[in-house]
Amino acid sequence: MTISVDHLTWMYETMYKIRYYEDKMAEAYAEGKNPVFNIGAGPVPGEMHLATGQEPAAVGICVHLTKEDTVTSPHRPHHHAIAKGVHLNRMTAEIFGKVTGLGKGKGGHMHLFDPDVKFSCGGIVGAGIPHALGAALAAKKKGKDWVAVAFIGEGAANQGAFHESLNMAALWNLPLIVVIENNQYGISVPKSASTSVPSNDIRAAAYGIKGYYVKDNDPIEMYNVSKEAVERARKGEGPSIIEIETYRYLGHFQGDPEVYRDKNEVTLLREKDPIVRMRQLLIKEYGIEEQQLSELENRAKQEVEAAYQFARESDYPAPEDALKDLFV
Amino acid sequence: MQKTKQRLLTGNKAIAEAIRLEMERDPNVFVMGEDVGVYGGIFGATEGLFQKFGPERVIDTPISETAFIGAAIGAAAEGMRPIVELMFVDFFGVCMDQIYNHMAKIPYMSGGSVKLPMVLMTAVGGGYSDAAQHSQTLYATFAHLPGMKVVAPSTPYDLKGMMISAIRDDNPVVFMFHKTLQGLGWMDQLDASVGHVPEEAYTVPIGKAKVVREGTDITIVGIQMTTHHALEAAKKLEQHGIQAEVIDLRSLVPLDRETILQSIKKTHRLLVVDEDYLSYGMTAEIAAIAAEEGLYDLEAPVKRLAVPDVPIPYSRPLEQFVLPNADKIFNEAMKLVNE
Repeated sequence: MTISVDHLTWMYETMYKIRYYEDKMAEAYAEGKNPVFNIGAGPVPGEMHLATGQEPAAVGICVHLTKEDTVTSPHRPHHHAIAKGVHLNRMTAEIFGKVTGLGKGKGGHMHLFDPDVKFSCGGIVGAGIPHALGAALAAKKKGKDWVAVAFIGEGAANQGAFHESLNMAALWNLPLIVVIENNQYGISVPKSASTSVPSNDIRAAAYGIKGYYVKDNDPIEMYNVSKEAVERARKGEGPSIIEIETYRYLGHFQGDPEVYRDKNEVTLLREKDPIVRMRQLLIKEYGIEEQQLSELENRAKQEVEAAYQFARESDYPAPEDALKDLFV
Repeated sequence: MQKTKQRLLTGNKAIAEAIRLEMERDPNVFVMGEDVGVYGGIFGATEGLFQKFGPERVIDTPISETAFIGAAIGAAAEGMRPIVELMFVDFFGVCMDQIYNHMAKIPYMSGGSVKLPMVLMTAVGGGYSDAAQHSQTLYATFAHLPGMKVVAPSTPYDLKGMMISAIRDDNPVVFMFHKTLQGLGWMDQLDASVGHVPEEAYTVPIGKAKVVREGTDITIVGIQMTTHHALEAAKKLEQHGIQAEVIDLRSLVPLDRETILQSIKKTHRLLVVDEDYLSYGMTAEIAAIAAEEGLYDLEAPVKRLAVPDVPIPYSRPLEQFVLPNADKIFNEAMKLVNE
């Protein structure tokens, strides 16, 4: 399959932006938590789930989406949000608990909502799948060719919401795509100890829908299967499951002691980093100039830097604002 | 005065020790839940158990709460004594049918012929910016629904003693532990999260509140974190010449009415403090009991302090605004005694 240069460079730049964003977030999160780690301290308190290493899943499908398509995301949402085009300044301000944030500081990193680009996420495993199902239902009722993508981790494929939603999506022939990021662990529990099948695309057979599997965290292959899944959904040919084998470089959350895996595991994963691989591929296979990639990288960095600056310089909400927004 | 040697344990180690002792005593006891194995529970409640008892008795489950809590019900009906961990109480939403329509009702609907000797253990509480889906206590949500005992101990001593009581109880017990009282290295370090815990097995009764500070001027009822806030406020009140009596509720179901009524007979004033939502909650229940059974002992209206009926917000100033603390208790208590 040929891929346009625009798509390739967008995917590369977006992966780079996500990586830079998450690296900066790891630093910001660590502020105020040294020398003694305290989850509630610093400019970014609470749990922090970073997506470093999982960029291909987000960009490989979001490149095919428009702002009319819906994305739901779980507790590890930054890569999806960035790839979907969520307002980066307001997203970052939300994570810093500022009044300029997407939710005026009420939601935080696991609860980002940007209706302008139809993005939402949440902290309950599997809960976003029915929401995407509903968005797909709405698209069909409105006669639009919009699609809905639910990103989940492989652990969520063992929740009732996964099976119930896919059955209904198949039954009603809805444009729902469930992307399963298999990062090998549900917190500490390896997939082999939680899941009865080697990969979840096999489960597509249970609902009579299409299942795709992307191995080795490959953004190009993710691009290819997503293109087919999105086109099929837009044409009314029904839902799909895509499972991508991806890598979680960091702990489940920042501060995770990671007693459940060998330290070498991450070192080996990092050696086949998808961003490095894609950079080489773009230069060697697609003839894109190193100079052009550097420009994209700089642009991505600047956008991220500006977002962090906006977040840091914004004000906190007034304490009594806690009582607002319960009802519209 | 007899000097006793202090054996200090954190809250999480006290719970894990209780479970270990009961697992050694009774082969029917086993643990199921997410990350309860090698990880030792996200909040350390099963620390060391996997290493001692292995994967047959300390079982890591998929993220399938309906299935594993339902399975605990099925196993309990067969005479096993499962302890299942719901990682955060906030996650009850995905499995509440199993909890309230089945675990809580089967013993009753069967006319007592089916026993469910199980413990549903779960982490509660906020204050560390974990936002709306990971910071609730939901004490009243569980306590409202008949058929479950609901306990929420606030010291390592009680955590161990009440966990042993819960495991030995032939009824389903919802055992809530407060995250910040677990004494974990990565959260706020509170003196209250460490305490004396005897090495041997012992029980602390379910359904019995505890007067943790005696006083004559006002009764402050708290539970878990709000008990500790109330104790702190009481110290400050003492500097103003006010002797506050502080009651640690410990159990929501059964509720120890007598200890509360006895206290207001003495102090004639009542302030109830809860980390749960205000309306229809524990504070309302205690206030209703005081109104129904202790009205003539009161010399001022009952006051309540709880989360003002909004979800727990993320941003620190917002969260601190909605959560009770020692200063807010002190201020309310001062107003109340001057009424």
